[in-house]
Formats: sequence, C-alpha cells, structure tokens
Amino acid sequence: MSTVLALAGEVTTGEAATFYILAPIALIGAIGMVWARNAVHSALFLVLTMLSLGVFYILQAGPFIGMVQIIVYTGAIMMLFLFVLMLIGRDASDSLIETLRGQRTVALLLGIGFAGLLCTGLGRAVGSMTSVGLDEANAAGNTQGIARDLFTKYVFAFEVTSALLITAAVGAMLLAHVEKVKAEKVTQLEMMRARFAPGNYPAPKPGPGVFAATNSVAAPGLLPDRTVAGRSLSALVPTRELTEAEAAPKGTEK
Amino acid sequence: MDNIQYSAAVEYAAASGTLSSIWLLFAIPLASAAVLFLLGRRADKWGHLLGVASVVATFVLGLVYFFQLKGLSGNRSAEVDLFSFMPVGSLKVDFGLLLDPLSAVFVLLITGVGSLIHIYAVGYMAHDPGRRRFFAFFNLFIAAMLLLVLGNNYVMLYFGWEGVGLASYLLISFFFDKPSAATAGKKAFLMNRVGDAGFAIAMFLMFAQLGSVNYDDVFNGVNQLTQGTVLVMGLLLLLGACGKSGQFPLQAWLPDAMEGPTPVSALIHAATMVTAGVYLIARSNAVFSANATLQTVVVSIGALTLLIGCVIGCAKDDIKRVLAYSTVSQIGYMFLGVGLGGAAYALAIIHLLAHGFFKAGMFLGAGSVMHGMQDQVDIRRFGGLWKYMKITWITFGLGYVAIIGLPPLSGFFTKDPIILAAFNRPGWTGWLFGGAALLGAGLTAFYMTRLFVLTFHGPKRWTDGQHPHESPAVMTVPLVLLAVGSVASGFLMSTSVVDWLTPVLGKHAEEHGRLGHWTVTGMTMAVVALGLAAGVLLFRKGTALEEQPAGPVVTAARNNLYADTFNELVFELPGRYLTRALVFLDNRGIDGVVNGLAAMVGGGSGRLRRAQTGYVRSYALSMLGGALLVVAALMAVTLG
Amino acid sequence: MDPSYYIVLSAALFTIGAVGVLIRRNAIVVFMCIELMLNAANLALITFSRMNGSLDGQIMAFFVMVVAAAEVVIGLAIIMSIFRTRRSASVDDANLLKY
Repeated sequence: MSTVLALAGEVTTGEAATFYILAPIALIGAIGMVWARNAVHSALFLVLTMLSLGVFYILQAGPFIGMVQIIVYTGAIMMLFLFVLMLIGRDASDSLIETLRGQRTVALLLGIGFAGLLCTGLGRAVGSMTSVGLDEANAAGNTQGIARDLFTKYVFAFEVTSALLITAAVGAMLLAHVEKVKAEKVTQLEMMRARFAPGNYPAPKPGPGVFAATNSVAAPGLLPDRTVAGRSLSALVPTRELTEAEAAPKGTEK
Repeated sequence: MDNIQYSAAVEYAAASGTLSSIWLLFAIPLASAAVLFLLGRRADKWGHLLGVASVVATFVLGLVYFFQLKGLSGNRSAEVDLFSFMPVGSLKVDFGLLLDPLSAVFVLLITGVGSLIHIYAVGYMAHDPGRRRFFAFFNLFIAAMLLLVLGNNYVMLYFGWEGVGLASYLLISFFFDKPSAATAGKKAFLMNRVGDAGFAIAMFLMFAQLGSVNYDDVFNGVNQLTQGTVLVMGLLLLLGACGKSGQFPLQAWLPDAMEGPTPVSALIHAATMVTAGVYLIARSNAVFSANATLQTVVVSIGALTLLIGCVIGCAKDDIKRVLAYSTVSQIGYMFLGVGLGGAAYALAIIHLLAHGFFKAGMFLGAGSVMHGMQDQVDIRRFGGLWKYMKITWITFGLGYVAIIGLPPLSGFFTKDPIILAAFNRPGWTGWLFGGAALLGAGLTAFYMTRLFVLTFHGPKRWTDGQHPHESPAVMTVPLVLLAVGSVASGFLMSTSVVDWLTPVLGKHAEEHGRLGHWTVTGMTMAVVALGLAAGVLLFRKGTALEEQPAGPVVTAARNNLYADTFNELVFELPGRYLTRALVFLDNRGIDGVVNGLAAMVGGGSGRLRRAQTGYVRSYALSMLGGALLVVAALMAVTLG
Repeated sequence: MDPSYYIVLSAALFTIGAVGVLIRRNAIVVFMCIELMLNAANLALITFSRMNGSLDGQIMAFFVMVVAAAEVVIGLAIIMSIFRTRRSASVDDANLLKY
C-alpha cells in the first residue's frame, strides 16, 4: 500500500497498466448497464463499474474513499437497488423498444456532442497541469488527513450531512408506509334495524316491466291493479307513454 | 351705431345690507326642488303647495330687492361673490351674483309670471299622478333661470343656461311614456347643444383674449379687441342665443316642445326660457354694439325668423303649435330690436316683458280650452266656445289684441317702436327690415285672428260627446291677472322701464329718422286692420274639418318650411352614414386587429402547448440540449 | 500516461449515464444511470484532488456519496410508492402533467 501511495505524484507504469486494464472494464460496465434488458443485469454491470472506480480511487492516493466506495456504494447502496428490483419485479418498462419518436437518435447525438465538448474543454484545461501528488497531504496517513479536514474545516457541512441522513431516513419511512384503515364493521343487528327503519322499503324493489306490456327499462312497473309502481321508476331513464303499436298485443300472449 | 356711452367703464357696486342675501332668490326654489325630489312619494300630497309657496316667496323677495335697488342712488347694482367656483390656473371664476336693473326686471318677470303659472298648474295638473315630480322640475327651472339672470360672469350665466336646458328637457319629456314627447325632449336637448357649443367656445375666446369671463372685465376690454375677434365672439354668442331662443337656423325644436304640459309651454317656451337669448344679447350689448356687421347679422336673423314664424303660424291647425310659432316670430321681433342696437335694446326688453304676459296668458288660455275640450288641440274642431268659457274667452281675447298691437294694449307700445326703429336704420337695409317687420305685423294679425275666430266664434264643430266648460278658479285667476298685465304693462313700461334700464343699456337721445312716429303707426295700423279683416272674413263661417289640398306655399308652411327635412337630409343622414362607416371600421378594422392578435397568440400557444408531452424523458432531453448549449457558450468565451 | 486520462474516462462515464437516463424507461435503471453520473463526477473530483495535492477533492467526493445515499433512499421509496399505486415502474406512464 505504501509503495502505491508514494508514487501518487506522477503515473507509474504499474498504475498505467492497471488503468489500461480497468478503464475498458468500467466503460463496458457502464455501456452494459444502459444496454442490458434485464434490470438485475444492469445493476450487476453497475457494480462492475463501481468496483473499477474504487480501485482507481485507491490508485490515486485515496485509500479511504476507495474503501468507502467499495463497501458503502457497491456493497450497501447497490444492494438496496437489488432489493427494490426484487420487490417490483420485471415489467414492460424493461423493453428496449423506443416509444418516443427520435428520442434515442437525438439523445445519442447530444451525448456524443456533450462528451466531445467536455473532453476537449477539460483536456485543454487540465492537460498542461503538472500533477502535485498527495504525498505531502497524506504524510500522516490518508484517513488521518481526511479526518483532520473533516472535523475542522468541514465540520459544519459534516454536521448538516447528519441532519440530511436523518431526514432521508424519516422521509423514506413516511413514503413507504401504508396506512391501513379498518373498515367499519356493520353487524347483522344493525343491518336488520336499518332495513325496517321508517322510510325504508324492506321488500325487494319491483323490476321494470313487471305486469307490463313491455319489458323495456323505460316502461314503469305496474302493480296488480295496473297502476304505476313509483318505486320502479328509474331516476336516470325518462319515463314515456307507450305508443299505440307498443301497447298493442304482440301476439306472443297465450 | 357706436355710442360714446360704452366707452365709459362698466363698474358694479358691491352689495350691502339686505342686498347681500340675493342668493336666497335661487336658493329657495332650489331647496324646494331638492325637498320634492328627495322625499319622493311622501311629498305627493303637499308637494305642489310647497312648489307654489317657494315661487311666491321668491317673488315677494324679488320685489323687496327691487325696491332696495330702486332706493340706491348713483350706481344701481349689487354684486356678491359667494365663493370661488372654478379656480384653475389663471382662470378664476367666482360664484358671483349681480343684481342690476336688467336682472331685476328679469327676476320680477320670472318669479311673477312663474308664480301665476305655478298656481295655474295646481289646477291643470290636479289629476296627474306625477304632479309632485312636475313641481320639482318646475322649481328646478325657476332656480336655474334665476341663476342665469343673476350671474355676474358668463360661466354663471352658462351654468343657469344649462340648468334651464335640463329642466326644459325634463318637462318637455314629462309624459315620457308618449314616444312623441320623449322624442321632442331629445330634439330640444340636441338642438340646444349646438347653440351651447357656440356659447362655450365664445367663453373660451373671452378667456383667451381677455383673461376673464366676468361681465365688467369683458365689457371694459372689448374695445381693445380687433374687429375680427369681436365678430367671431359675437357670432358664437349669437349661435348660443339662437339655440336657446328658437331662432333661425335652430328654430325647429321649439314647436315640438309643445309636447310638454301646457303650463310648461307657457312658462318655459313662451315667457321666460326662450327669451334667455335676448337677455344674453342685451347683457352683452357692449360686445354686439362694437361691430356693425354683427348687428346686421342679428337683425337679419330676427327679421328672417319673424317672417318664418308668421308664415308657418298661418298654416298650422294645432292651437299650441300656432302659439309656438307666434312665439318664434315675437322673439324674432326682440332679436330685431337688440340687433338694431342703441335705444332699441330697451324696446326689445319691454317687448320681451309684455310678451311674457300676453303669451303666457294665451298659452294658459289654450290650456284652459284643452282642459274643457278633453285635450283636443285642433282649432278646426273648436268653434263657438265663447258661450261656454267666458273668462277664458275674454282673457285670451285681451292677449290676442295685445299681440297684434292694437292700442291701447301692450303690443301697441312695445312692437310698434321696434318697427319704427327698423325703418329708421340707416341705408337701404332700413327699408328691408322695416318692411319685413311691417309684413310680420300684418301676418301676425291674420293668423292670430284665424286662431281666435276658429276657436271661440263661428259654428260649433265639436262632437256632442264633448261638454265644454269653464276651468276652476285656480286656473282662471292667473288668467285674469295675466290679462290685466297684457292690458296695462305696455303703457306702464314704455317709458319707465326704458329709464330704469339706462344704466345697463346706455342713454340714447331720441333719434329722428326718415319716418316719423305717427307715419309708422299709421302704416302698422293699416296692415294690422287688413290682416284682421282678412282673418275674420275668411274664417267667420268656420273651416273644413280635414286638411285641404293647397298650393306649394301652404304645403311648405304646413311642413315647417322643410326645416326638419333639411336638418334630416343635411345633418342626420350624413351622420348616420358616418356612424355606420365607423361601426363597420370598428367591427372589421379595430376589432379585427385585436381579435386577430388574440387568435394569433391563442393559436400559437395551442401549437406550442404540444411541446408539453408529459414525458419526463423529453424534458430531460431538452435539459441535456440546454446543458450542451451552456457548455458550448462557456467554452466559446473562455477558450475561444 | 497522464492523470488527465482519468478525466477523459470520467467524461465518458458521465455521458453514458446521461444518455442512459434519456433512453431507458425503467425508473430503477434510470436511477442507476444517475448513480453512474455521480460516480463519474466523484472520479473527476478525486483526480483533481491528486493533481492539486489537496485532500479537499476527496472530502467532496465523500460528501457526494453521503448525499447519494440519502437520495437513493428517498428515490427508491418514491419509486416504490408510485409502483404501489400505478402498478408500473415506467417513467413514461407518469405523464399526467401535460397539455
């Protein structure tokens, strides 16, 4: 470990070799994540990329942050993703067929343009810089150096971060929680009382067309004395008088 | 006609003692009108009594002020500035009142004749459900008219001027459920606006040229103005006077104004309001005397109008319309008088006062006839009424004799001097205007005889269903009093009022012109006798009940000499087409632009709305595009 | 080789993540793409830290990780609750906010 850290200022051959092996793997992981049809595969590709990045952090004199990357990010956060994937399961959104017209083409074009701009811009800005290296800063050890800055220079931000984490935890609980309202249980006794309460008609309602010459929904039900049964009138369907032809015997009566 | 009198400065004395409360004159009727308006139906039972009481009180007060004024020595005038009315920059108009000999006689005429007509109206409107409203309008009119004559500047005059215009409009349209009355009110209002616009511009001109609209400032400053300015100012004032007084070319509204109740016709459209134009010219005598062309215009309008009134009066069959055209014609005489200038100003004023008596009396007499004949106004359907309504007959007869100018009634003392003055105008125009006035006197005698004979004499031509009867005392007493006025006023006023008005209108030596006093009197008597005889001979035996076919002159006269047709063709028709064109322009042009803009924005938004697909990936795509642009711009700036 | 190669790799990974966000519909995969972009940024930060000889970049990366952890917890909870009501994890199905 100490040999690696000592070489942080400029790139050694070993670091270059590692970079040339791991950078393509990281890229393959990233492209595979976007490409993979199965979301679980996507997650695994992303794990691959993150592990590579973790190694890069360690290579660049940041053993603490590299370990955090591997343990917290790759280990914990990505497992959370997998849990959620397990809960949701696979659905039609996994399909790779594009539904928005021109979205994929334009996205690729813009992406290439953006990458080109970033690379040229950053390359021109950074390319001529000489690398200082972290030897001096890490003289007392990388973790000690970070701790010193974190608890002095960045102590306020650090404390605020704790509040952020607490808030996130409470928010997640709130969002994931489902209130189960217990439906009011109606007992048989109450149902019976309501049925025979004044104003309620306990018998079944007469259907439309009972005792009538037609079974249309629009025709009112008739009582045995051939008067209209008001309760059979629908509030939605307008009642109408029967025409002569409709009222006439249909020839089906016995 | 320029007189040295006018070069002396006009000065008004500040009011003192009782005279400082002259604002009570218009405040009393105004308060009464306000009470009647505000209390509404609750005042229905006693509203007319309050109305009458307020005007009678104003008359008594007017008499008190008159004698106070008479008791003053030297400068007989009383000026009161109540408060600052319109302080706008360098224009400072005070709510100022002025009681001088001219306004004093007008106050007495307005409140005196007004009181009698108010009393008469109590009987005349007895059965009308809107009597309280009527008296409220009537009191409002009295207040506005008094303000008109009492103002000490042109803005106050204009204030009252518009007030009487409003009251006149309200009273002409009093029976507003009758379309003809509503239309007549609107017509009067609109035609008055034409004149009022002229008056207003004249005031603007005064302020622009003289920096003040106070009487004294204007009259003292008028000599410094150029002749052109004076001419324009005078013509604009004259336009206002013509509008209010129903003179040519704005005479068409006055006959239609007879749609109002008869007391209104008597008070507003015969005795007082329509003479406001004469008051305006007499008050502004300094302006009108300062330009000879201006005087010629006034005289021409007077002469033309008096002939127009006489000619149309001969052809009309409606008793109130004949009297209305007679009013137009008599005011023409007054305009003739004020136009002649000099001593004739005073003649015009006394003719105005005498006319106030006899014309009001005749209008009230006509109202009494209508009252007894179930509101019949067609003189062809009267006849022989003298037997049934004796008081009306006698009083109307006295008014009739007065208007045609037989001695010793008032018309003789007031109209003949105007004819004489017209003949004595220097140059050939004297013969022209004198001849017109003389011809007018003959025609007046003819059509008034026709009216009188057809109404009260000859065979009866009314149906058996009508029962003519005399009116109650509340109506006949004012008739009698007005008749007494028309008999006596001429003789009493012919010298005293002229002297009384001298401080305002100037002192003039009696002029000896080309014709002597007795020559003109003889000529006038001759044409009057001719007209009278012709009227009696033609209409002694009555007339046909229906309109008979007639020659072009009579047809033209029956159609008001085509004044309405002319107005419709020349002013209304182009106006109608103009408004139609403007409506078209508004709908298609202006609305088109506005609606088109709205449609464009709406349509554009509708299309732009489609960009909001709801797909978060589309939004993310545009964000990436935006980021690309930002990075590109950043690089262009820092690296490029 | 030069440390700036790491920067190029970081840009490439970031772009792949961004394109993935645009073309994948499964909300969880989209979320993973966002994680990839965060990681790419972290790589850039650590490389800058090394080049400047200061530990600030590493501390920033550490903070990014903390924030990412919080974000993942909340994000996954939101995805779960959406899935519970709509029975779908597709970002295209949540398209009610439109014209």
